[in-house]
Amino acid sequence: MIKKILKNDAFQSLFASLICIVLGIAIGYIVLLFINPEGAGEAILEVLKNFMHYSKTNLQIKNFGNTLVKTAPLLMCSLSILFAYKVGLFNIGAAGQYCVGICVSLYCALALGMGWVPCMIFAAIAGALYGAIVGLLKSYCNVNEVISGIMLNWIALYSTNMILMNVKDSTSPYTYHLNIDSQNAILPTLGLHNLFEGNERVTIAIPLSILFAILVSVVLDKTKFGYELKATGFNKNAAKYCGMAEKRNIIVSLMISGAIAALGACFLYLTDYEQWSCTSAAVPATGFNGIAAAFLGGLNPIGAIFSSYFIQHITVGGSYVDKTMYCAQISDLISAIIIYLCGFVFFIKYAMNQLIDKSEEKKALKAKAIAEANTQEGGDK
Amino acid sequence: MLLLIQYTLVFASVLILVALGGCFAEHSGVINLGLEGIMVIGALGGALMMRYAPDSFGAFGIIISVVLAAIIFGVAYSSLLGVACINFKANQTIVGTALNMLGTAGATVMVKAINTAANPDDVSSTIQYVEEKKAFIVNIGSFEFNWFMLIAVIGLVAAYVVLYKTKFGLRLMACGEHPQAADSVGINVYKMRWAGVLISGMFGGLGGICYILSGVSEWKFENGVAGFGFLALAVMIFGQWKPSRIAMAAIIFGFFRALSNVFFGFEFLVNLNIPGSIYNMMPYIICLIVLAFTSKKSRAPKAEGIPYDKGQR
Repeated sequence: MIKKILKNDAFQSLFASLICIVLGIAIGYIVLLFINPEGAGEAILEVLKNFMHYSKTNLQIKNFGNTLVKTAPLLMCSLSILFAYKVGLFNIGAAGQYCVGICVSLYCALALGMGWVPCMIFAAIAGALYGAIVGLLKSYCNVNEVISGIMLNWIALYSTNMILMNVKDSTSPYTYHLNIDSQNAILPTLGLHNLFEGNERVTIAIPLSILFAILVSVVLDKTKFGYELKATGFNKNAAKYCGMAEKRNIIVSLMISGAIAALGACFLYLTDYEQWSCTSAAVPATGFNGIAAAFLGGLNPIGAIFSSYFIQHITVGGSYVDKTMYCAQISDLISAIIIYLCGFVFFIKYAMNQLIDKSEEKKALKAKAIAEANTQEGGDK
Repeated sequence: MLLLIQYTLVFASVLILVALGGCFAEHSGVINLGLEGIMVIGALGGALMMRYAPDSFGAFGIIISVVLAAIIFGVAYSSLLGVACINFKANQTIVGTALNMLGTAGATVMVKAINTAANPDDVSSTIQYVEEKKAFIVNIGSFEFNWFMLIAVIGLVAAYVVLYKTKFGLRLMACGEHPQAADSVGINVYKMRWAGVLISGMFGGLGGICYILSGVSEWKFENGVAGFGFLALAVMIFGQWKPSRIAMAAIIFGFFRALSNVFFGFEFLVNLNIPGSIYNMMPYIICLIVLAFTSKKSRAPKAEGIPYDKGQR
């Protein structure tokens, strides 16, 4: 029975992810010890505690809400990355597609005065088109999707800075708040904010992102389209041989991936939780953290829900460490270490299977030896 | 105009060094997407050396020690890629990306820790090296010659000689083209790939310190190296994995990168009234266009990106 569980692929993925998390935190702790051994234990606990940092329950719940608000875009980015990864593409351009989503949704809301539904639709279309560039370059020009993705990230960043320059005060680098005159662009809460002590930022974005995770899971596992996409990922040539349009599949999957990432941007920026700073020098880290979440979740959409929450939990937790000794980037360091360790997941699974096989082999040999001994005894009699 | 040439040459030197790093790794069969992270860590090593080097070193001593520090940091950091991708057969794309994130996060944490330890109110991630930077620059008229331009040329010649004229280089390239064949004639593929990765770490670290010495006299580590590691990979692809062509490609890309720094010095460019952001985007756009035209018939090493498995046929 136990062996059955141990051999189960889902269990192995979970186990490997847990090893990555534990090792990541342990290495983070060691780094903290090196910086200043006095407060290291406390600091790592702050990172893990996050909103439990507050002693009052209502503050805890409110801040839990804030973490959830920021988890929704991260979950969307990780879904975007894992969707493309199932087709054998590493969509590091998700960060740029996310950035385009910010640009279009905020511009539609602030400059054109649209409601949240058209904002999201236009953002999704823009993200899809931006993803399509990567797909076209990959399938027709054989350009490595990682390099073109990174180039497009920078182009997206500078374009966003340039375009959103039109919807901000000349005195501040930040874009206007949505709640001043574009209130109809703010995502509705449908009463969800009452669950979080009246935290108005908690909107339908959170349930929607979970819905998307389920949708991605269904599309990938239960439909012909998802099967074709996965087949293309396993072996492009075999898929082509079977009559699948492998070029179209690559482009379509990157378009879907881009649309998901852009929607993720709407899920954060249309809650008015954050404003875009037009002097940003780098694309938002959410897109890159999405890589960590996708791999930590074992490349499973449902797993991504939990891993995204965990990554966001420690990222927010990093802001509670004692700033006189440490910096908030310690959580970035931990997530980066976790991604690095995720590279070893394949090896961990392999080692586990080897161990199980060996113990089984030993048992089988033992059983055989006993059986042989028994028959010999039988022969003597 | 002189300023444009100067910046072009400095950025071209960075791109040449880093692209050569990518070139060695890929010829041995490992795709090194972590070059960006390696650059950051190399830059960290060099910057720390500049900060803590005693004055008694003199200009020459500072150059040597900073270059060595950058190389040591770069090589040590690239070994993380080697362990994961060569010995544990990890996915090279994931590990490379992880190294990029780890490089920026790690360097930021380290620099901030040093700054905060020195002064509890200082929470910046900046290292200043105004004085030490002067050691690297020789003024010829109004042209600032940077020693890294020479280092890039030396690196280029050395890379060419090592790759094409020595036993080691030819064996290295064999491991990237057909590792099984190389193994069958007694070449240790794992060792060769390790050599490729460590050499790329060396070049990456050098490129990193060169990058942060190119412009301003302080560096904010939170910003990383602005996609230069990936631009260098594009230079390498455009250069078809050949050192001589890489040099040409690097100068073209360096020119467009330099333009975004100095465009306001040219009256006709300012009169065009194009926003500065467009110039910032230029190198990346050019890069995409160039890649679109050159990737189709690419001469990439055949076995790159595939972990070597002895048991595989």
